[in-house]
Amino acid sequence: MTMQTGAAPKFQPGERVRVDSRPALGHCRAPLFIRGQTGTVVTVHGTFRDPERLAYHQPGLPPQNLYKIRFKQTDLWLDYTGSPNDELEVDVYENWLLPATN
Amino acid sequence: MSQKKNELRSTAPDNTVHDVGGLDFGNVDMQEHDLAFWERRVDAMIVILANNRGAFKIDAMRRVIESYGEQQYDATTYYEKWCRALRNLLVEQGVISRDELAAKLAESRETMRSASRDVSGDDVPWNEGVWNEETNNS
Repeated sequence: MTMQTGAAPKFQPGERVRVDSRPALGHCRAPLFIRGQTGTVVTVHGTFRDPERLAYHQPGLPPQNLYKIRFKQTDLWLDYTGSPNDELEVDVYENWLLPATN
Repeated sequence: MSQKKNELRSTAPDNTVHDVGGLDFGNVDMQEHDLAFWERRVDAMIVILANNRGAFKIDAMRRVIESYGEQQYDATTYYEKWCRALRNLLVEQGVISRDELAAKLAESRETMRSASRDVSGDDVPWNEGVWNEETNNS
């Protein structure tokens, strides 16, 4: 995975974002357990060719911004039994992210 | 919209055989183990063939591995999955043909049989999910 020159990021660290809940069509880089969930941008990693296109031998352009998103574990799992302060960080591409609605 | 743990993969809305985050599979086996020579070979071939100027990207390998049925996915080992992906992608990209591969496999089986080695006659399934540019224009 090599960083590419691409568009400026839509979201900045500290911003609240929601992961789209659309179904995956083929190779998908947003795991089920975060889809539809709201988290906070921690880091903007930069832009990379879209792996969901590279998976089908396409160039994966334009490059997508990739973010580290932090979720609360109690948001992700109904029956979470760990500390209410536990968090989980997942790398998510921009084409899966929407502005948070709450 | 929180989810319950232990949701069965078959109840998920799309093809998610590999997407098992949060499901309970018991403890991870942390013991180190030696790799077989064929596993090292598969690893080396993938590293070479999935580089920037190679035959495919590592994301394509993931896509092929994710196209397993649940039963096959759980019954195959890590490098068995890599090996099948390698085969499917080399054919998909036209580097080798199915006929060439079948001929070479038959030759290797014969060589091993004449050396009194145990040889499986089973072919690893290609899977319903082999991607084809004409039929998958998404």
